[in-house]
Formats: sequence, C-alpha cells, structure tokens
Amino acid sequence: MKNTIAERILDFLKNFPPFDALTHDQLFAIASQVKVLYLEKDSFVFRQNEELHDSFYVVKDGAVGVFRGTKLVDECDEGDIFGLRAVIRKDHYLLDAKTIEESILYSISSKLLEDIINNNPKANQFLIASFATNTRNPYSNEDKGTLFANEAILKPETSAFTEVQSAKYSKNPIVCNTQISIKEASLIMSQNKVGSIIITEDKLPIGIITDKDLRNKIATGLHSITEDVEAIMSSPVITFPENISVAEAQIAMLKNDISHLCITRDGTIHSELIGILSEHDIIVIHGNNPSVLIKEIKRATTAKSLKFIREKAQELLKGYLKQNIPISFVSKIISAINDAITKRVIDLSIAELDKQPPVGFAWLAIGSQGRKEQLLYTDQDNALVYEDGIEETKTKAYFLKLAKAVNDKLAIVGFELCPANMMASNPKWCLSVSDWQSQFTNWITHPNEDKMMLCNIFFDYNIVYGKPSLVSQMSDSIFQAIDNYTIFLNFMGRNALKNPPPLSFFRSFLVEDTGEHKDQFDIKSRAIMPLVDAARVIILSHNVKDFNSTIARYQKLIELEPQNKELYESCIYAFRILLRFRTKQGLKHGDSGRYIDVKNLSKSNKLKLKGCFKPIKDIQELLNVRFKLSQIL
Amino acid sequence: MGWFKRHIYPDFYNAYAETFTHPNNSLDTTRFVVFDTETTGLQPKTDKILSIGCVAITNGAIDVADSFERYIIQTQFNADTVKIHGILKNGTIVKINQHDAIIQFLDYIKNAVLVAHHAAFDVAMINQALKQMALPKLKNKVIDTGQLYKKTKYVKNQKHYSLDALCHLFNITMHDRHTASGDAYLTAILFLKLSALLKTKKNRELKLRDF
Repeated sequence: MKNTIAERILDFLKNFPPFDALTHDQLFAIASQVKVLYLEKDSFVFRQNEELHDSFYVVKDGAVGVFRGTKLVDECDEGDIFGLRAVIRKDHYLLDAKTIEESILYSISSKLLEDIINNNPKANQFLIASFATNTRNPYSNEDKGTLFANEAILKPETSAFTEVQSAKYSKNPIVCNTQISIKEASLIMSQNKVGSIIITEDKLPIGIITDKDLRNKIATGLHSITEDVEAIMSSPVITFPENISVAEAQIAMLKNDISHLCITRDGTIHSELIGILSEHDIIVIHGNNPSVLIKEIKRATTAKSLKFIREKAQELLKGYLKQNIPISFVSKIISAINDAITKRVIDLSIAELDKQPPVGFAWLAIGSQGRKEQLLYTDQDNALVYEDGIEETKTKAYFLKLAKAVNDKLAIVGFELCPANMMASNPKWCLSVSDWQSQFTNWITHPNEDKMMLCNIFFDYNIVYGKPSLVSQMSDSIFQAIDNYTIFLNFMGRNALKNPPPLSFFRSFLVEDTGEHKDQFDIKSRAIMPLVDAARVIILSHNVKDFNSTIARYQKLIELEPQNKELYESCIYAFRILLRFRTKQGLKHGDSGRYIDVKNLSKSNKLKLKGCFKPIKDIQELLNVRFKLSQIL
Repeated sequence: MGWFKRHIYPDFYNAYAETFTHPNNSLDTTRFVVFDTETTGLQPKTDKILSIGCVAITNGAIDVADSFERYIIQTQFNADTVKIHGILKNGTIVKINQHDAIIQFLDYIKNAVLVAHHAAFDVAMINQALKQMALPKLKNKVIDTGQLYKKTKYVKNQKHYSLDALCHLFNITMHDRHTASGDAYLTAILFLKLSALLKTKKNRELKLRDF
C-alpha cells in the first residue's frame, strides 16, 4: 500500500547518519512508525531526571538546545539526533532538551532502534559513537572499545585486492552518436589523437570502437568506411564506477579481453558516461606506486625531476584517501617519499659543493614533518646539527652553504621556503651539537611564549639524513634539562591548553563554549594541535626518547599509563580522523586544509568532527589536573 | 414501527456507528484524524473521489503508523484535473473501488474528530459517496482548519486562507502538495500549529469545545 507520508519522512531521514547506512526497507519500516511532534519555542522535550521516554528524537525543522542546568551542552539542528543516550542506557535523562526555536521533531521508538542495532553494524557503530560523545564519563568500563567512531568504519569493507589504489581514468572521453559513419568517427579519433571512441545515446555509453576494430573490421575489408558506426562497434560496453581500483580494472580487461573500460556515474550502463580507462592508463598507474617512486627518486639527478616525482606522489595520496586506506599507512608512505627526496637533494647538493662535509652532521625535519604528519605540500621546516670541532667558523660556513643549496632545491621540488625562516640555512638553526644543547637548555630554563613555540616545533624532530648519534645527544640534553627544571612541563602544559576545542556545530556555524557562533573552523589550531601538544608534553614528562609522532606518542602512553588507555585511544582515533579530514580538505581546495568553511560541511562530516572534540576536551582536562595548571594560570 | 423508523444497515456501518456510543470529551485521549480527498472536480454531486489520505493525531503527535491512503478506481475521468493531482486513470498505483474504500475509511476513522482544510467540501464528498451506498452522513465531529485559523486571529483581515497560503504563513515546507496524504499531512502540521496558537491566545489548556 502506498504511504506518501512515510516516503516523505524517509526522504528526509536518509540524508543523515545513521539512517543513511540503513537499507531502504529498514528505513521505510522506521519512517512509517515515526511520530511527528510540533513544539513551540522554549518547550521542553524532556527534562533532567525525567523518566525515560520510549523514543529518541530527530530534529526535522527548527532547533533544540541540550542543557546541563543553564549551561548549553549542544545545539541540534535539522537532522540531528538527541535523547539517544538515555534510551541506549535505559536510564533517566541527565540533561534538559528544550526547543530554542519553534520545532518539528520526529520521535522514533526505541524498540525500532534496537532492531537497527541488532541488524546493521554500521549504523550500530555510529549510534554507539554518537552516544559515547554525550556520556559523562566515557572512560568507564561500560563503554569499553565503543568510544569513538572507529577508524575501522572508514576502511574499505572488503579489500580482496592488494592493489586498491584508485585507477586514474581519462575524463571527457571522445564520443559520437550512432548515426555517423565509420569514416567520420575515425576522423574524430584522429583529430583528438585517441585510440578509441565511445558511441553514446543520451549520454549513455552503448558501444565502443577502438583502433583494433578499425584494423580487424575495416582494413580487412569486412565492412566499408561508409557504414554506420553501429556496424562495427563492440556493444554493450563494460562499465565501472569511478572509484574502480587498478586491480579491478586489470581483471575486468583480462576477463573480457578488452582494452577499454567505460566509467559511468553509477557504474552501470544505465548512467551517464564520465570517462574512459584504457590499458595504457593502467600501465601509467603502475609506474606510480611507492616503491617505483622511491627508485626513481634515487636515480634522479636534478631537482626538476624530483618535482615531477613528488607530483606523482600527490596523485598517489589522492588515490589512497579516496580508497580510505588507513591514514597511518598513508602518512608513512608519503613521509618515506618526502624523506627520500630530501636525502637525494642533500646528496646532489654535496656533490655540487664538490667538497665532503668537514665533520659528521644530521639533517632534521622539524614540526609536522618531524612528526611525519605532513601529507600535503607545505613549507619547509628543517634544521641541521653538526659535530663539535676545531674550526667552528669554517665548519658552520660549509653547512650553511650546503643547507642553502638543499633549501633552494627543495623549493624547486615544491616545498616552499618557510616564511618564518625555520630552515637549516638560517644560522640560528644550523648549529653544532653543543650549541643546540645550550640553546635547548636556555629554552627550558628560561621559558617564555616565543621559546615555548620554538620548543613545540624543534622538539618534534626526526633525522632524515646523517649521523643518528648527534640527534640522540640532542635528545639527551633536552631530557636532562627538563629533569633539572621540571616546572618547564607546567609551562608547556599550559601552552597546550591555549586552544580549547569548540563545542559543536549548529547549522552553518561552529558553536563555541561561550555560546558564540563562528563560520570558519581552524582545524589545525583548534583540533589537531591541541592533540599534538598534549601528546608531546605528556611523553616528555615520562622521559621517553624517540617517540616523535603523535600517534606513536599516544601508543607509547597507552603502554606507560594503562589506566588511561581509553582516553589515549580516543585521542589516536580523533587524531587520525582529523588528519585525514584536513588532508582531504587541502587536496580538494589546493591549500593547507587548515580553515574549514562550516557552511559547506556535510552533516556526517560535522558529526565526525564533533566526535573528535570530546577526546580533546578530555585530554586537556587531564593536562589541567596533571600539571596543576589551574594553580599557575 | 415502519421501515422508515429503523434502517437495516450493513455490519460495517453498524460497527462504525457503535464507536459513537461512548462519548469522549477528554482532549488527551481524543483521536483526531486529519484527512483530505482528491477529486475529479469541485462539485460533490457530480464529481468523484480519486483518493483519500488520512493521518491521525493522538496526544499531540502525528502518528504516521496510524495513517490511511487509498486510491479509487475511476468510472468517470476528468482529464482537466489530472494536472493538479497527478492521478492517471490507469496509473501504476494500486486502486480499489469506491465502495470498499468507504468501508475501509469508516473502519479507520471510527469516532475520531475529523480535521480537514475547508472541511465542508471533503465531508460533502464522503457523504455523497455514503449516499450512493444508501448510508447516512458521517457522524463525526469535524474541525475546519480554515475556521480554526480565523479563531486564532493570527493576522487581522487575512482574506486568503487556502492551504497554500497558510502553509506559507506558518512556514510549513510543502511536500506532496495535491496528493491526498500529502495535503492531509500538511493540514496536520497546520492543525498542531494552530492549536498551539489558540492555546497561547486563551492562555490555558484547550478543551474539545474550543475548536
């Protein structure tokens, strides 16, 4: 029986998580059981300590504020779910929910919710995640392992192929209609210098002619060039969606004994043609895998050729992100490529100077590159350390010259010169071991805001080239100085609290703790850096060396403080999501991905980001307590 | 005791009439059924019902599970109105004959308070169908959202109070306009809004007789 109202409700719900993860039938079952409520502004949906309703709520129109006492905890707008925690916990309400505008709400029975939980793992994970972000104490045992929208959700469902890299297809394929002659079609192919032409009808691909068809069917005299293209075209065509992997494409070509695949909007022959993938494209892609790239880097003799390789790496990165390859894996590969490029550039520069380094040295990546968390093209951040020796002035001059050559070459490759001059060619950051040591000691024993910023950058170093023992000596001095001057950690901890995360999203705004609304979100300073800074200060307080990436630091902390395992795990998850998010943003807009326009965020991305705010709040709370920051603030 | 004193009605009608024997005056337990009919034209005497859409409101909430949507097989067809309601004579939607539709409708509405926009027309259409079946008129209390709107005195001298105009005025997103169920749903939202408005105006809980 037709049910127009339920269909309309379904059309609304299907745009929002977790409903988007449900099948049409599951969602229809829910939509046809919805109760629609209309509430005037300032009406309570439920109140603190009120007995549990048998349903949870979705905002259809209007907005609902969730309050703890008078303090706003969250604002829900169209498509947001609330009242879920109590339903899952089967507990009375901990918060007030009150309309802050005139609102229409969908109330969905908790019985139906249970059915979803039992039958749809993806929706289940979402529900648990979104409910965990509302719990008072998410580290309790009850929530174990269910804290966060686990990155596992992001991984491809089944990845039977090792080559999951997205195949890069040619957009704007050359097409013609069915009425033209073979000769005309061949002329179009010649003009466009392509080996194939797709015959379309209403933008749908219905056949294809390739060079091979012309050879086998025309040159042999089987057909005349005046016949219609339909006479010789291969039909139907083999179609795939645009995110086809290299492996899938290869298999499809082998299986069907063809050299071209049509890429259509939804992957079927009944949707619009958007591109073509040829065997040749596949061969090109094969040249674009990490091990080939690293080999090419080692053989490169000019900065220009390295630039070309780095561009290929960028394509690789896009493919990885599209395929939802785990971000820790992606960053390892991209860092390995960046390191290899830097090494090659150093070798080339030394050769150019025509003089071997007078003493041992090490080239350091610092800041986000030192943490191996930089996926996009970015400014250079580097430093150089060399062995103490007798001819200090001469030695320094050599390394400054070398560093200048390296910095310039890296700029050609595409790593722009650092505007703040945090580079090895700056005499301040090209020092002997003992100079670095005294500099670090000075920063630690006489901290101020500027020095703290430098610590945050220079303490995250990673050796790219040279003698590891030098770096180890630097680290020793840092820990020694901190040991003698532990108050430094309190300063560092305070510094890590500079930027609390925002509260939530509301329509096209970011909601601040103060209730203020903003339309841009600085994902770097408000979400990523707080996690990075917290990991750094806590790991330093444990006196452990050689953990210079944020994820590795949190992993080490889980080992060191098993009691805080849940918190650190949630930080790792949040960090991965944020890093992936920023990288995707950056690739999309061709920038650093730092500022996110809240207006253009999808609901699910808002929810995903919002889920990251909670661990940040919690880790900042831990810093506050551990370093007794409320006392020194 | 003549034949005119007491008619013999079919069981379904008796079951419907039976629901009225226990009057219910409490607003909390009152079931409202918001309904709309799509018809071949505006003349109850000559035009036919194409479809009936209903949704119930209980306890202040529109209960989607308690809804009713039927399309009726046409013997008469008016091509002019197809462009409004979009129901083709031989479309793909499952249709039943009017007789069955009315039986099911009575079984669905029971003693609910009927709500419709410009209710007189929709009620007349149903009554006409009942008459063809030799049955008396609907026994239900009827609320017209157009009249209810006038009672709220929301805007003075407002002349137009078509469903379109009121949806616009009350910021109700219009979907599925000119399908019986779609219009019934919009009317239901309008009814909730008007009730809230009336309650604010009277500054007390509403009673059934306020409508």
